[in-house]
Amino acid sequence: MEHNSRSQVLAAVERQMPTHKIAYPEIPDFPRTAADLLAAFEDRVKDAGGEVFHLADAAAAQALLVSQYADAGIICSATPEITGDRDIHAVKNPHELADVAVGVIRARFGVAENGMVWLTEEDLVVNALGFLSQHLVILLSPQAIVGDMYDAYLRVHLEDTAYGCFMMGPSATADIGAVLVHGAQGARSLRVYLLP
Amino acid sequence: MEDDKKVDVAAQAAAFLAQDEVHEPMHDKNLWAARMKRDAAAREVPEWETLRQLASQIKEHTLTHLLQYLTEFEKNATSRGAKVYWARDAAEHNQHVWDILREKNISSVIKSKSMLQEECGMTAFLENRGITVTESDLGERIQQLDDQPPSHIVMPAIHKTREDVAQLFARNIGTDPANTDPHYLTEAMRNDARKRFLEAGAGMTGANFAIAETGSFVVCTNEGNADIGASVPPVHIASIGIEKLLPKVKDLGIFIRLLSRSALGTLATQYTSHFSGPRKGGELHIILTDNGRSKRLGMPEFWTSLKCIRCGACMNTCPVYRRSGGLAYGATYSGPIGIILDPTFDESKYSELPYHSSLCGSCTEVCPVKINISDQILQWRKVMAAKKYLPAARRLAFGTAGKIFEHPQLFRSAETMASGALKFTPNFLLYNRVLNPWGRHRELPHFAGQTFREWYLQYKAKNNEHGT
Ligand code: SF4
Repeated sequence: MEHNSRSQVLAAVERQMPTHKIAYPEIPDFPRTAADLLAAFEDRVKDAGGEVFHLADAAAAQALLVSQYADAGIICSATPEITGDRDIHAVKNPHELADVAVGVIRARFGVAENGMVWLTEEDLVVNALGFLSQHLVILLSPQAIVGDMYDAYLRVHLEDTAYGCFMMGPSATADIGAVLVHGAQGARSLRVYLLP
Repeated sequence: MEDDKKVDVAAQAAAFLAQDEVHEPMHDKNLWAARMKRDAAAREVPEWETLRQLASQIKEHTLTHLLQYLTEFEKNATSRGAKVYWARDAAEHNQHVWDILREKNISSVIKSKSMLQEECGMTAFLENRGITVTESDLGERIQQLDDQPPSHIVMPAIHKTREDVAQLFARNIGTDPANTDPHYLTEAMRNDARKRFLEAGAGMTGANFAIAETGSFVVCTNEGNADIGASVPPVHIASIGIEKLLPKVKDLGIFIRLLSRSALGTLATQYTSHFSGPRKGGELHIILTDNGRSKRLGMPEFWTSLKCIRCGACMNTCPVYRRSGGLAYGATYSGPIGIILDPTFDESKYSELPYHSSLCGSCTEVCPVKINISDQILQWRKVMAAKKYLPAARRLAFGTAGKIFEHPQLFRSAETMASGALKFTPNFLLYNRVLNPWGRHRELPHFAGQTFREWYLQYKAKNNEHGT
């Protein structure tokens, strides 16, 4: 039956496709708008409900983390620069992350246009860390900011990773009375630590 | 079971309008706010109009070469380790899902929003077979608890007030019925959903885009619910309509820029997730589903409706939709896009939808992939007229009905009106709020020069015939 469905769907598509073929368009090189990428990125992260902090080095980041999340509960770090309470590499099953209060992940790059950060399966180690954690801290090099989505998609390399996510601030919803609420299902808050 | 009775969209819209003085004005206001935010977001992108043109052409290119892109996607997704299934229709789609779940002894699934799964009636199918299906998108969950389909493709519960939700949650998850604070209600549902995510044996998603070049697909959400479903349970099942294909990864640069700006006026959704094969330690099953799409591809006047990226902008802007509520359309898809998609599933059942429009053209103006929506609505009217789906009196009446829905106060007073002195002139203008933002001096279409009373009497006579 399965093979049959495949050939029937494909045969139907072949039969029904318009005979007049449309060419793939020439995509122009659009002018980049943001002059100061880092400043634009910071503004957009805030618009999306996130926060941004400038850190000099990993020790400063660790200290800030400790002060911001002193009573938060379990911290799980997927980056060697930050030490948490749980070893992500020892996690066998995503359910083990259900009680994580703060997930710490290093992003590959950020996007000035909208404040997104790009996280892959390799950065998350266990994908669920990005979504079961109550709060997220994202480390990002202030040099690793691209201007817009065109540049962003030149850097994602989907062929190299099974999972990649552009994350733009914390989880959000406006499904009740059209009122914006953060922390619908994913992270309640998202902080970006700019760290060279 | 599918009910084949003709959907009386005008009567259902009238009921939405007449229920009270709260729901319709709120619905109208919230959707219009989304439309205004969309305009502001579009204005910030200097190349906006070029992007729409490019998106339209990329989609038309893909659809006219769909065979090659489907097989390319299949090949690449398979080589990444995903299992790809094909479904000719809803029944085959649902059967695939059921087979996958049965083989793995999975009895509960958590799903994110998928209009295709909605189209297939998948939830009811699975529930009849003992599977617990939980919607994870907040709006979808609200609708599920209320035993209603989504009323909007992006904002499923937009027709409900926060008081409605407070009552619903109080009955279902034990919240305080007097507390209508959206923060409180969202938090309550977060906690309720959390355990379902952890119990589920499979996570189900749809897809916004599928990329032939890499065999990847993209899911856009604001809540992160699709990502929890894909990252926590061991099995991920994705339902993908065959029209979702795009040739290349770089095309996403254009489409992601357009999608959420058009939908809600935001720069993007909070999460734009790319799945290329199964995650470490997980399984990925992809069901490529036709369900009427290939047939649509062969309809010379309607095939470009397959370009739709389900942003909902045409609904937000539509003066008739905003006053009708999405449930009035009695179909999976409502609003302008619903009017042109639904009849391809069932011409008779949805034969009155094309008349539920003022043909003002606003939908066409905002569509990010430049579908000529209002032209297609008119074209569907011609199809319906040629096939004599409607009695003549009713056909005439609906031209006017569209106008009345732009003036709910007129409609509301209909019950008490002694005589119909109101004359609907052919070029009866839409009120300024609606007309001005379009900024086009377009000639509004002509309508039957019928009085409100004539329309109302016909409307009443029709209802009496049916004994209501
Ligand atoms: S028809 Fe156009 S405007 Fe309407 S939902 Fe589809 S893409 Fe959006």
